[in-house]
Amino acid sequence: MTFLGMPAHAPRGVGHLRGDESFPAAARTALANPQLRRNLQHATTTIRGKSGRVIAELPDWEELRSAGSALKAYTMANLPRLLEQLEEKVTAAGGVVHWAADANEANRIVTDLIKETGEQRVIKIKSMATQEIALNEALEAAGITPVETDLAELIVQLGHDKPSHILVPAIHRNRSEIREIFLREMPGVDPALTDDPPELAGAARRYLRETFLSTRVAVSGANFGIADTGTLAVVESEGNGRMCLTLPDTLITVMGIEKVVPSWQDLEVFLQLLPRASTGERMNPYTSMWTGVTPGDGPQNFHLVLLDNGRTAVLADEVGRQALHCIRCSACLNVCPVYERTGGHAYGSVYPGPIGAILSPQLTGIEDNASLPYASSLCGACFDACPVKIDIPSILVHLRNQAPHPRTEKAAMAAAAYTMDRPKLYERAQRAAKLSKLLGKRGRGLPPPLNGWAASRDLPAPPPESFRDWWRGR
Amino acid sequence: MRIALFATCLADTMFPAAAKATVQLLERLGHEVVFPLEQTCCGQMHVNTGYQDQALPLVRRYVRTFEACDVVVAPSGSCVGSIRHQHAMVARQAGEVGLASRAEAVAGRTYELSELLVDVLEVEDVGAYYPHRVTYHPTCHSLRVLRVGDKPLRLLRQVRGLDLVELPAAEQCCGFGGTFAVKNADTSTAMLADKMRHVLDTGADVCTAGDASCLMHIGGGLARLRTGVRTVHLAEILASTEAS
Repeated sequence: MTFLGMPAHAPRGVGHLRGDESFPAAARTALANPQLRRNLQHATTTIRGKSGRVIAELPDWEELRSAGSALKAYTMANLPRLLEQLEEKVTAAGGVVHWAADANEANRIVTDLIKETGEQRVIKIKSMATQEIALNEALEAAGITPVETDLAELIVQLGHDKPSHILVPAIHRNRSEIREIFLREMPGVDPALTDDPPELAGAARRYLRETFLSTRVAVSGANFGIADTGTLAVVESEGNGRMCLTLPDTLITVMGIEKVVPSWQDLEVFLQLLPRASTGERMNPYTSMWTGVTPGDGPQNFHLVLLDNGRTAVLADEVGRQALHCIRCSACLNVCPVYERTGGHAYGSVYPGPIGAILSPQLTGIEDNASLPYASSLCGACFDACPVKIDIPSILVHLRNQAPHPRTEKAAMAAAAYTMDRPKLYERAQRAAKLSKLLGKRGRGLPPPLNGWAASRDLPAPPPESFRDWWRGR
Repeated sequence: MRIALFATCLADTMFPAAAKATVQLLERLGHEVVFPLEQTCCGQMHVNTGYQDQALPLVRRYVRTFEACDVVVAPSGSCVGSIRHQHAMVARQAGEVGLASRAEAVAGRTYELSELLVDVLEVEDVGAYYPHRVTYHPTCHSLRVLRVGDKPLRLLRQVRGLDLVELPAAEQCCGFGGTFAVKNADTSTAMLADKMRHVLDTGADVCTAGDASCLMHIGGGLARLRTGVRTVHLAEILASTEAS
């Protein structure tokens, strides 16, 4: 809490929630990359098709969406109680619960826990929360080597790259790029490696299996934390996550506080929604669940780190809080016409696409991500695709209303509103609009940002008379 | 029926043909059209750009202008979408509870053109004649905010002489998005490029839609590339007859 009693945003200087440049500037770079455009177009079109087909099979998809939405709204309304219940149940089952107010605290807790084990290497399950807080960088600074074990996340890590999609972090890479990264960075790789996908997967498997068998600490995220049983759940497609969750002695899970769900039975809804909306699968391939510590089976030391890092601030906004309902399926990314063309890096945060455009600015405070709520044409495809019915377009509009505005835009908007509320003045402005033909179709001489229109689009020719002049004269 | 026309500021100022066509079409179908001159703009640009307080007088103006009318029609899915889904919210945010409920009432009587024709006037064959190869872009707000579904297509299918060709990836945004087109001009242009490619793939002479704004965008791109393909508002097609 800050001195005013308002919950704090995610702190600056740590984590990956802020980009180096504004969205329009970063997008310009991405749009000029033909390889990226091709990869994204192919990948998003494929996932969209697959997901659409399996969703169409369910007669009760809309009811499931409503149920998911209602469960999340209930959870947010009861968050403090549910988190304390989760803590109590995890503790009773032999786990240790830690509360982290922000990224710095979470990184410190995890680093200290690993240091206590005396280990210098950890295996990691793909996790958005640990990407958000830049845990890998914090561990490396403390002399601990994190090894990502999700294939795509490994490609990102070996490529000294950043994830560009919530579910498919290396969506911006194709197989020949992956081959080059493996040849350059993977310890013990066969120099004759080709870009054949099974061969690439085989190389990663050989490397990862050795790592799994020789590492004694794992770090994971969590998809769900069930309050009434103290059970944590991770869903994944490769089985590498299951290795991390079962083989080591110590397991440390970093979970955003919004990932709590009230009861075991609620998974019935979410485990139907998530795989169909995200990967287009009917059932998730590897769903791992564990409750505290089981003697003689799996990790014997379990730590749960509950992460706030700005989430309480999001919860305080009654319109914006819906962003916390997200189950990280990435359906909104896959249907977004903006994401499909710019990719994830343009958003500057680990949370890209439409959900990122509403989540990142709320976690950091709008000033630090002021261009993100504008990174959308408000086409509404994300709202239709969201399995828990987050009204992303309305939240984008809500955040735009809070965003700092450029001074010239503010003046132009005020002048437009003033004119529009005075019909006589409005009519005079309509007649003046005919002067726009002086600019010609190409709009040469238009000031920024209007020259952005004229760069690729002709200006409409002004009509000889306005509609109202015609109406009066008929 | 006595129908009030909300022309929208864009059609009133830059695309009067769409508003004129709406009048001619409704009069041909035997209805009386009125045009209250106090009307200006619905305020959507202000709301969607983050200036809700400045949109408030425009919401108030819209409500005052059309409150006494039984039915209001606008040749724009986007403006009707804003009236229906944003006006009451803007009033409520400003603490004007009374205005919010009045706005809701007027919004409930405000229709986009294809909704008015198919749902209220219950007509699909409006007696139009338009001998051209035409493709239809559904526009995001007609499709996903108003849910007009296939109403515009049902109207177009009844137009004599019209060769209707399906637009590939029709439901993808053209990249306009109001001030998005200037704030994110590069991304907007990338989206427009794909939309234009699909329009050209159909071999149509005319691309139509229910929104002058999206048509201004697509048409601006098609003209810049000298494609020879025109954009024409749905109302203009429906208003055309053999006599015209």
